[in-house]
Amino acid sequence: MLAQEIERKLAWILPRIRKPGRYTGGELNQVVKDWDQVDVHVALAFPDIYDLGMSNLGLAILYDILNQLDDVNAERVYLPWVDMEAAMREEGIPLYSLESKHPISQFDLLGISLPYETLYTNTLNLLDLAGIPLRSADRDENDPLVIAGGHAAHNPEPMADFIDAFVIGEGEEVLVEVVRTIQQSKADGGSRADLLRSLAGIWGVYVPSLYQVSYSDDGTVSQVETLDQETRLPVIKRIVPRLGKPVTHFIVPYIDITHNRIPIEIMRGCTRGCRFCQAGMITRPVRERPVDQILDAIEEGIRQTGFEEVGLLSLSSSDYDEIVPLVQAVSERFAGQNLKISLPSLRIESVSVDLMDALQGQSSRSGFTLAPEAATERMREIINKPVSTAQLLETAREIYSRGWKTIKLYFMIGHPSETIEDVQAIAELCKAVLAEGRAVIGKRARVHAGVSTFVPKPHTPFQWVPCDTVEQIQAKQDLLRREVRGAGLKLNWNDPRETMLEAWLARGDRRMGEVIYEAWRAGARFDAWREHFAFDSWLQAFEIVGLDPAFYTHRERPIDETLPWDHIDVGVKKQFLTEDYLWSLDGRTRVDCRERCFACGILPKYAGLRRQNPGEAWECPEVRSPARQKTEQTIPLVPA
Amino acid sequence: MRFTGHLDLQRTWERTFRRAGLPLAYSQGYNPRPKLQLSPALPLGCTSECEMIDIWLKITLEPEEIHDRIVEALPPGLTISGVSEIPASDPALQNQVTSVEYHVSLPELQDLDLQQAIEALLTAREIQRIRRGKGYDLRSLVETLELIPQEAGALVMTLASREGATGRPEEVLLELGLDPADCLIHRSRLLVANPESA
Repeated sequence: MLAQEIERKLAWILPRIRKPGRYTGGELNQVVKDWDQVDVHVALAFPDIYDLGMSNLGLAILYDILNQLDDVNAERVYLPWVDMEAAMREEGIPLYSLESKHPISQFDLLGISLPYETLYTNTLNLLDLAGIPLRSADRDENDPLVIAGGHAAHNPEPMADFIDAFVIGEGEEVLVEVVRTIQQSKADGGSRADLLRSLAGIWGVYVPSLYQVSYSDDGTVSQVETLDQETRLPVIKRIVPRLGKPVTHFIVPYIDITHNRIPIEIMRGCTRGCRFCQAGMITRPVRERPVDQILDAIEEGIRQTGFEEVGLLSLSSSDYDEIVPLVQAVSERFAGQNLKISLPSLRIESVSVDLMDALQGQSSRSGFTLAPEAATERMREIINKPVSTAQLLETAREIYSRGWKTIKLYFMIGHPSETIEDVQAIAELCKAVLAEGRAVIGKRARVHAGVSTFVPKPHTPFQWVPCDTVEQIQAKQDLLRREVRGAGLKLNWNDPRETMLEAWLARGDRRMGEVIYEAWRAGARFDAWREHFAFDSWLQAFEIVGLDPAFYTHRERPIDETLPWDHIDVGVKKQFLTEDYLWSLDGRTRVDCRERCFACGILPKYAGLRRQNPGEAWECPEVRSPARQKTEQTIPLVPA
Repeated sequence: MRFTGHLDLQRTWERTFRRAGLPLAYSQGYNPRPKLQLSPALPLGCTSECEMIDIWLKITLEPEEIHDRIVEALPPGLTISGVSEIPASDPALQNQVTSVEYHVSLPELQDLDLQQAIEALLTAREIQRIRRGKGYDLRSLVETLELIPQEAGALVMTLASREGATGRPEEVLLELGLDPADCLIHRSRLLVANPESA
């Protein structure tokens, strides 16, 4: 179908659809290039609706980088909501890009962002709506190359059948290399198989079809082999040595989306080492942006977008070295412009009184969020988020006394070795925090407790541990519902069945692809949306495929088991994860690795890059020793 | 652009002014908002050539300068036809507008005698309709309604736009037996109580 034909049909359909502004494109700062004047057409996809996809910083960065290349165009595509999907299927409209309305199947490259696992059925739906064969093996030279990346892709195996190539790690540089490789292949008229082999040669690219997985009789992975000698094993995570100038040319939507703000990543990675946190393990090393660069980016961002809010983003923003000077400088430089600052991810022990003072009057007063994650000091030591209860209560008091009326506390249940007393303590801690608030501002004080359930993730020290069963989770939640109630207290929790889905997929192996496929065929999609989540379709899918869901969730994995993602190397050594897991069993903690290096494995792996980027560019110690032969062979300094 | 709702349009203007670097005045209080006011809400899906917006600035700027700065910062789909200074004592925009004119491009009609439907609507004393669960009289909100003789498949209507009495063009089209989603509705004129300030 031609772009013009799609536009004509849309004109008829859109007035009949909810929130049609999701499907029109045409926003300020979108980039439209002459289709016939560029060599490589890239569609960047977020496999959920516009409102979420437009709030995704990673895709916005890649969009900007690719569109700066004269011979490449990058356009956006999101998943239509169910009403629009029905209308599109009825009218025979294939999935199209927002910019030029070209069918996605006409692009050379479809890049899909996979930040979390519950987007997997949506990804199949996206391919299906685009008219692209779902399985990589069924695609040929006429189909776009389908790649994916993002945090969930650090265990690529569950989606290995559907994705031609994964980008492991940070996309800023590698995506350009992928695009150039496609450009070359197009110019040479190369075959798809040759293209895939070329891509597999790029640092950070994983082409699953070049690897073969075999299984033992007990269902665990016995080994992962490459099909030829040239293919790399393991696949090493890609990183950029420096964060560089932040993107500021953001698209400004006409309709309300999830995050209406200028997102500026102030730091990448986290030095804390919480053992449950996948992001903290896979985004190492920690790199910070200089304050001046951030300030200039905000100014440029306001000029380009006019957004009313700036988000200073990172995994743990209060750990940013210069956080107080930064927030003060933002307040001063943009005084009188009523610019709101949002600073998600503040850590209890590094939220200083100075930071609260700097934020006062600049951030939303609706609530101040802290994430103790667990309510007893014992439990917090096990998960390596050691903060004393006294310190937490003191921080709460300081927050209330500065005018915030609500403190949001995030907890998880289901941590390893958690007892019912640890869960009971969540209720008590909420009440203790509320009591602090009452002492300062009386009955206006509120505590909102958000209690999610821990899901063990690949590449973390807890990758071996079993996940709670639905019954265990329900018992813990029942207790919390009984105890966390009354004036000033509010409790939110997750459906345990949604937790199961996340847990199955997170540590799934390649055979999980069939389960995802069957669930999608039975109608599963928008799994992250409560109103669409179809638990029974998933159970049914497991049954059809002949896999046991409990094998993936409730089994304690032996330390020496070959894990389905062991051939993906995120730079943190498995030996370090093992040691950290064993430490957790003894309640041994590690301090912030800014204070002391625990040799997680990042430095030897990326020694060459660190040597080239000395000083404050990284939070890791300097590498002064001369280059070792082995390291330089592992990671090319100048990517091929 | 025509699928941008009233509140989103207001935000679009706010962002435009911020890009333009205009020193917007803000309301007092816990959650300060820029002081600006749009003419009565344009129904979703409609285009318009006659919207008005009042904005309050912290300092006085020449209208020409304001105009030029906004033009630089406009998003696709918005244009401005003029900027003028008004006395701060003027009544709110919403209260000045009394009725609104809409131009409607119709789909190719099949079995519908539109002229007859229009006459029936205009001669009725009262037309009870239900919108969002509330009953109201549509007839009293329709001031004029006619086919445009020189233009095939188009009609023009003037609807009341007063506090508590706002006519919606989709409701008129539905009453005529038309599907509003098949029509292109365009707001062509705002009529104000005092013609001098129009």
